[in-house]
Amino acid sequence: MNRCIALVLAISCGWLLAGAARADVTLTGAGATFPKPLYDKWSAEYNRQHPEVRINYQGIGSGGGIKQITEKTVDFGATDGPMSDKQLEKAPGILHIPMTLGAVVPVYNLPQVDAAKPLIFSGEVLAELYLGKITRWNDPKLAKLNPGVPLPDRAVTIVHRSDGSGTTFIWTDFLSKCSDAWKSGPGRATTVNWPAGRGAKGNDGVAADVKQNQGSLGYVELIYAANNNIAYGDVINPAGKAVHASVESVSAAAATITKAPPDLRISLTNAAGDAAYPISSFTWILVYKDQSDAAKAKALAEFLWWCTHDGQALSAPLHYAPLPSEFLPLVEEKIKSISVDGKPAVE
Amino acid sequence: MVMTTLDLDETNLDTTSPPRRAAKLRSRPIGDRAFDLSIGACAVVPPVLILLFVIVLAYGAWPAIAEFRWHFLVSAAWEPNPDKEEYGALPFILGTLISSILALALAAPIGISVASFISEVVPPSLRGLLRFVIEILATIPSVVYGLWGVFVLAPWVMNHLAPVLSKSLGFLPFFSEPFDPRNMLCAILILTIMVLPMIVSVSLDAMRSVPISYREAALGLGATRWEMIRLAVWPSARSGFIGGCILALGRALGETMAVTMVIGNEHRISQSLFAASDTVASTIANQFAEAPSDLFTASLIELALLLFLITLGVNLIARLIVRRVAIGGAD
Amino acid sequence: MNSRRTIYRRFKSRTILGLMAFTFLLALVPLVSLLWTLAANGAATVTPHFLTASWAPVGENGGIAHAIAGSLSLLALASVVAVPLGLANGIYLARRAPTRLAHLTRLLLDVTSGIPAIIVGVFIYTVVVRREGFSLGIGFSMVAGGLALAMIMLPIFARTSEEAIRAIPRAVEEAGLALGLPRRRVILRIILRAAVPSIFTGLFLSLARVAGEAAPLLFTAFGSNDWPASPLKPVSSLPQLLFDYARQPFDELVRQAWGAALVLVAIILLIRTATFVYLRWRYSKGASIA
Repeated sequence: MNRCIALVLAISCGWLLAGAARADVTLTGAGATFPKPLYDKWSAEYNRQHPEVRINYQGIGSGGGIKQITEKTVDFGATDGPMSDKQLEKAPGILHIPMTLGAVVPVYNLPQVDAAKPLIFSGEVLAELYLGKITRWNDPKLAKLNPGVPLPDRAVTIVHRSDGSGTTFIWTDFLSKCSDAWKSGPGRATTVNWPAGRGAKGNDGVAADVKQNQGSLGYVELIYAANNNIAYGDVINPAGKAVHASVESVSAAAATITKAPPDLRISLTNAAGDAAYPISSFTWILVYKDQSDAAKAKALAEFLWWCTHDGQALSAPLHYAPLPSEFLPLVEEKIKSISVDGKPAVE
Repeated sequence: MVMTTLDLDETNLDTTSPPRRAAKLRSRPIGDRAFDLSIGACAVVPPVLILLFVIVLAYGAWPAIAEFRWHFLVSAAWEPNPDKEEYGALPFILGTLISSILALALAAPIGISVASFISEVVPPSLRGLLRFVIEILATIPSVVYGLWGVFVLAPWVMNHLAPVLSKSLGFLPFFSEPFDPRNMLCAILILTIMVLPMIVSVSLDAMRSVPISYREAALGLGATRWEMIRLAVWPSARSGFIGGCILALGRALGETMAVTMVIGNEHRISQSLFAASDTVASTIANQFAEAPSDLFTASLIELALLLFLITLGVNLIARLIVRRVAIGGAD
Repeated sequence: MNSRRTIYRRFKSRTILGLMAFTFLLALVPLVSLLWTLAANGAATVTPHFLTASWAPVGENGGIAHAIAGSLSLLALASVVAVPLGLANGIYLARRAPTRLAHLTRLLLDVTSGIPAIIVGVFIYTVVVRREGFSLGIGFSMVAGGLALAMIMLPIFARTSEEAIRAIPRAVEEAGLALGLPRRRVILRIILRAAVPSIFTGLFLSLARVAGEAAPLLFTAFGSNDWPASPLKPVSSLPQLLFDYARQPFDELVRQAWGAALVLVAIILLIRTATFVYLRWRYSKGASIA
């Protein structure tokens, strides 16, 4: 018996030590589900090229990304709604590093409507739907936007996020810009007091819920709709054009930025221009400028460098738009500023 | 009782309890004392853990308690927008209570009926097997119930149960439109299935402790089998039924994963069982890792504290009842 | 008159017994439906590749081996904590005079087993995972997940151990004491050894119970897409992977969720059935000897 216990203890102690002494670097990250398919692809590809570095990314929502990087339980956070000034006060030295661009699309499940010809939504109508003021699919306001489309007489069941979400931030940012009632009501945040609908966890959860239930309306990042045969609507931009979400229309929105703020926290919603998709956004990785572990800091900076350079080629096949080239010097500067004890982590 | 006999006769060879006092008088090896001490120290762990739970949760919840005081319990506001933060737990508390109590209302009669069937109707050789089959329901993990709930139960409720209920009972506000495909009714049904085996097990134990002579007496007086169950078995097993139901209530109050997957996660108070709703446990699961502000986190920890205290109380009551039954049954 | 009343009473009795049988069948409906959908949706997914491959991005045909390994290491870690503590509690409860502490410990062990698993997760997050405040500051890790599972395992294992030790006749202990062995030797060498089969049964039952828990792992083990590398790193587990995949819109991941559910339920049912058969066999053997 005693020998048995001693053996178990010895094995577990040895394992603890071995784990601590392993040469490999594991980077743990958490946050937005918006870019998760791309981050998954990046981490798998990067691990193929650099077997000694492992990246574990968990999609727990942007709110979670911000909270966990603030509490330093992860090596990097990820969000698609930039941190507020108040949040930055609690986590001094956080860098926002833009990784890619995506679109938030209104998704719906209406088998009666021809999937090849997507419905058209406007910001005001989406706000009224999410405020619970428009409750049926054949509402005159929806019918006016979609002449000739046989809209069914059935209830709209709204799906929103149940977790803290950057996608929600982008969505409510857009709705606030389009509707005063939304702005003075639920407002703009990673979680709001939803006036209608039901909650689902993550972009994946919302997409799955809409996919499984007829009559539902939700909002997700483009890839979740495009890769799962979920219908998604066109949205009318400030120029009055109904724009289909795509890599091109998101890039068009990004191209409207003439001068980026130094901390790279930019909102892209309702960008001007005929071809710009109005609910586009950057998505950021959050890292501390001052790192304590040299090996981790180096691996992290190299990984971010790879993602923002070579990795960009992988984004378009997954419906994400690559970073505009004018942006790259700013991003490079941020990555180079990651340092350990005042010394840069790379180069 | 046992202790006093030991005091009288220190050298006795009582077979019911170790001769503790007597041992103390003999010189005890130091190893024995160290052993007893460490075993005793381990016995302190469960009480200390419970105490630690209360302290840690109360400490974490303090900002929210100080900010909202008792309004937290009666307010329906759940406003995480950082500009106008305000939190009230009423919708979650109601959701938890409604889902658990209605699940219990469904599971209790079915559970007692199933237990009576296994205990009093089927031949004794089959009892163990049937009980095992029912208890399999208790071993299926919560997430698997959730998976099944999402893909089998929720569509069935939506496509088959909802139309029937709204057609026949639609005048009641509980069955009114609109129907959310993830709703309170799904959660209630899942919980019913999950707590059923608990009620069956405890009820079976209670009925097993009813002496055979009661049954023989009833049958001897000419009672039918049903009359025997109702007049001889049930009255003696009643407190076991109650204990089992309260245990099941405790389980339902805290059930998380399966519920969060089918309930719709919506903090609105709604009369209709077809509306999306939420519970305390499900809210914690959804939002705890991602609560963006300190006050939000504190409010979630206060939810955890509430749930902890409620389940602690419920389980305490249930255990005391079940224990009394067990002791009563041994007599 | 009398006979008509008797006929009515018999009829009533039969009807109600029939209704009871019906409720029994009713209770089996969800079980059958669940097992059937599991088998129907999961069987095709569970291939040798699925069981031996680790995670891969959507579309690249990953497996669940990392989650199986993660679950096993979490259970091992939980056992390392819960087994010694549970045995100590079992010995204390079964072999000491009924002190007030023993009553309290037994009652609180029972009550602890009713604490919602999600709250255990919140507790461990607060005192083990968080880097700031009153916390060990370990971060999301296998250790944190293992501790959370250990807290759920402890009451179940301690109470089954207590029963196992209690079942060893007093005479065995007294025989040992009469030979002049110290009490600790008697307990550790003789009583525990005699109770080993029952203790292991209890261990397996409590492992089967916690193997399916996802709620306490959400904020502790956190999840990972890699093999378990170190006790101080986040780790994946079958229930948590299942929770993540079950809400995916990607058909491939939903298929994997069904496969993972089938594997998880198969493991748990296997343990349960084995212990059931074993207990029956032992009971019948014991009964025939008596």
